[in-house]
Amino acid sequence: MKSDGIPSGCAISGLMSEDGRRIGGKVIIRSIACMHDRSNGLGGGFAAYGIYPKRKDMYAFHMMFDNMQAKENTEEFFKDHFNVDKDEAIPTQRQNGVSNPPILWRYFLEVPENKLEFLSERDYVTKTVMKIHSEIDGAFVASSGMNMGAFKGVGYPEDIGSFYKLEDYSAYIWTSHGRFPTNTPGWWGGAHPFTLLDWSVVHNGEISSYGINKRYLEMFGYKLELRTDTEVIAYMFDLLVRKHKLPVEKAAEALAAPFWKDIDRMESQKKKIAIALRQVYGSTLLNGPFSIIIGHNRGMIGLNDRIKLRPMTAARKDDMLYMASEESAIREIAPDLDEVWSPMAGTPVFGTLKAEVE
Amino acid sequence: MESQLPAEFIVNINHERCRKCKRCVINCSFSAIEFKDKVTANNRQCVACHRCATFCPENAITIIHNPLDYKDGYNWSPEIRKNILKQAESGGIILTGMGNPRPYPIYWDHMLIDACQVTNPSIDPLREPMELRTYLGAKPEALEFEGDIDNISLKTELAPQVKLDIPIVFAAMSYGAISLNAHKALAMAAKRMGTLMNTGEGGLHEDLAGYTDRIIVQVASGRFGVTSKYLNNSALVEIKIGQGAKPGIGGHLPGEKVGEDISKTRMIPVGTDALSPAPHHDIYSIEDLSQLIYAIKETTDYKKPVSVKIAAVHNVAAIASGIVRAGADIVMIDGFRGGTGAAPMVIRDHVGIPIELALAAVDDRLRQEGIRNRASILVGGSIRQSADVVKAIALGADACVIGTASLIAMGCRVCQKCYTGNCAWGIATQKPELVRRLNPEVGADRLCNLLTAWGHEIQEVLGSLGINAIESLRGSRERLRGVGLSQETLDILGIKHAGIGQ
Ligand code: SF4
Ligand code: SF4
Repeated sequence: MKSDGIPSGCAISGLMSEDGRRIGGKVIIRSIACMHDRSNGLGGGFAAYGIYPKRKDMYAFHMMFDNMQAKENTEEFFKDHFNVDKDEAIPTQRQNGVSNPPILWRYFLEVPENKLEFLSERDYVTKTVMKIHSEIDGAFVASSGMNMGAFKGVGYPEDIGSFYKLEDYSAYIWTSHGRFPTNTPGWWGGAHPFTLLDWSVVHNGEISSYGINKRYLEMFGYKLELRTDTEVIAYMFDLLVRKHKLPVEKAAEALAAPFWKDIDRMESQKKKIAIALRQVYGSTLLNGPFSIIIGHNRGMIGLNDRIKLRPMTAARKDDMLYMASEESAIREIAPDLDEVWSPMAGTPVFGTLKAEVE
Repeated sequence: MESQLPAEFIVNINHERCRKCKRCVINCSFSAIEFKDKVTANNRQCVACHRCATFCPENAITIIHNPLDYKDGYNWSPEIRKNILKQAESGGIILTGMGNPRPYPIYWDHMLIDACQVTNPSIDPLREPMELRTYLGAKPEALEFEGDIDNISLKTELAPQVKLDIPIVFAAMSYGAISLNAHKALAMAAKRMGTLMNTGEGGLHEDLAGYTDRIIVQVASGRFGVTSKYLNNSALVEIKIGQGAKPGIGGHLPGEKVGEDISKTRMIPVGTDALSPAPHHDIYSIEDLSQLIYAIKETTDYKKPVSVKIAAVHNVAAIASGIVRAGADIVMIDGFRGGTGAAPMVIRDHVGIPIELALAAVDDRLRQEGIRNRASILVGGSIRQSADVVKAIALGADACVIGTASLIAMGCRVCQKCYTGNCAWGIATQKPELVRRLNPEVGADRLCNLLTAWGHEIQEVLGSLGINAIESLRGSRERLRGVGLSQETLDILGIKHAGIGQ
């Protein structure tokens, strides 16, 4: 069928088992492939949680290198900064649709005790990631969390998925993204998800408050050099939840805050919190059209902009939570659902790993 | 020897139209119009306040620049020569009123605002909520909560905050510099619009008692009218260190303006000069300033934010940083185009720096030091239109203050004769017969209309930027581009040149 319409707007999809059941990568590829027309072959990617149970207490760095020199320099750097438990090529399979991949390598790292005199372990890792991006030419950290990883590149998401042989992995959270890039050219590092530590973000839309979000984060030592609005979201969750210790619900409320007219009608306790969040975290408010799925080790968060300028559907079936740009992408992998809904603008959806699940 | 300065303006009276009603004579507060058989003008007295022409029922009066007041010259301009003559005659400082009229670059006019297109749609401000509300006051770096998520409460106690429904505040103008009716109009409008007016250093007149939650009271070096009741009858307290129109210069209200009412409000004897020198004689260091800030906080039981107002000067960023560290909740920066009731012309026209550059430098510095949250930034100094407000907020201000613009809304014709006390529009005067000319209700309506109009315009711009909350504009310099500015200026402003994308 020939269509005159211009398909645009990126695709996102995410699924999670709150019971912590591991699900094979084929499922998420099928879901994102269903929205093929929402991407244009310039970027696709996946984040997977729970994929390295054997080394779950180590930082799994997924690296992209433009050349061998960058790899050598980074390995020198890793030697100085970490104990390297293991490193290996990220398994891939060459095929049509994915061209010019960089060197893809992963490292399982531990932070030596003596590095933590003045810093928390996570601050140390964060700093290291920023350092690699700003100091080592041709090296890019695709992900740096524990027991998780990002698999991304230039191509349609389903091609990227089979390129990385995702069918060989199983995860309790999968998120994915098909990209229709506008602001930045398609490049391997620029594909979604964007990550920091175990935070990963896939995003459909554009953040029109990027300028101030970026300047705000810079005040807290984050370096934003990837020229994309998506990285601010990952860093913002890192700042608000990890460093400022806000509950994820409150962090989500800061990023997609209720309107003043709704705050004015809240009961007093809620109102006090809502006002304080806007007063203190006004610079973290995300504006512009977006639907995003944020993954982290303990759960998945779906967030829509305040007036719902981008689509987002959520659904549940037993222990599963699904979120995607289109209902079709969910029905494709779970035709029989308990509940399907379109989350209200600015109203987050949370998936939470059961407390006892490791 | 008298210099016999030629008149700056010529008042033309069309005697065929004139029906000799003498309204122009009554209305001219500068004695430029007399009636001898027919209306005659003393051109040399005319200040172009337009009062006569406005009120002539026959449209019989036109006022023009005297085309031959001096032979033109770029270097020895008529104004320079006129000033030399005046000083050759008087031996005195040349006084003037209102803001700096010289043709320095106006950086606002060299900055353009972004707009959304296909990938990031604009927002329709008529249909979607566009939020202009903002809060002034010190914010903590982070919030702390307690309890579990179903029963969560805030552990952090925030410093006092003042809510603004629109990020535009009326600038400090004292009772004395402007009339009580002008003050009343500003207070009424501030209340109606959910914003603030600033008493300036003149004290708080008892007629404004009902508006205290919408009033900024000022503590200037003269300490006029400053009592603990005065400090507590306010939304916030501002310590005035400097003023944009006259950095390093204090205030002087001549004794003849100090009548009964002003004497009571300022707590000085009738007929005495009210001098508020530039230096506060208890502040000679940043530590002293800190002491005053905390003395005020003690007096107001830590319930009012304390603001410190400074003029934009070369080292403004470092000064502002010191002020924030000294405990101020708000830094108010006033640019060199700010207005004034009276200032030596040499100061007004040559001292200080443009607010655009000062604001950009201060916001940057506070961010570099990680203390931007600790204080709100207010800026003023010739904010002329809603676009200036938008650009100022994008550069990093929390809100803007408007002085001259609010006077113009009430009828001021920018004749720059405020220091004479003869304001024909009842604004910058204490003469009862002139004050009467300004009806506070009408003035308030006009001020509210101005703010309403600017508010709608700001919402339109926000919509075009694809944002619906003013806090997403604050400091978002990425959405500005410079046109025709040097690289150095662009660097100071922290913006890119037009034509450069993300
Ligand atoms: S106000 Fe107009 S009509 Fe009346 S006296 Fe003056 S010039 Fe004549
Ligand atoms: S306030 Fe009055 S005297 Fe001053 S410039 Fe305006 S109109 Fe002229």
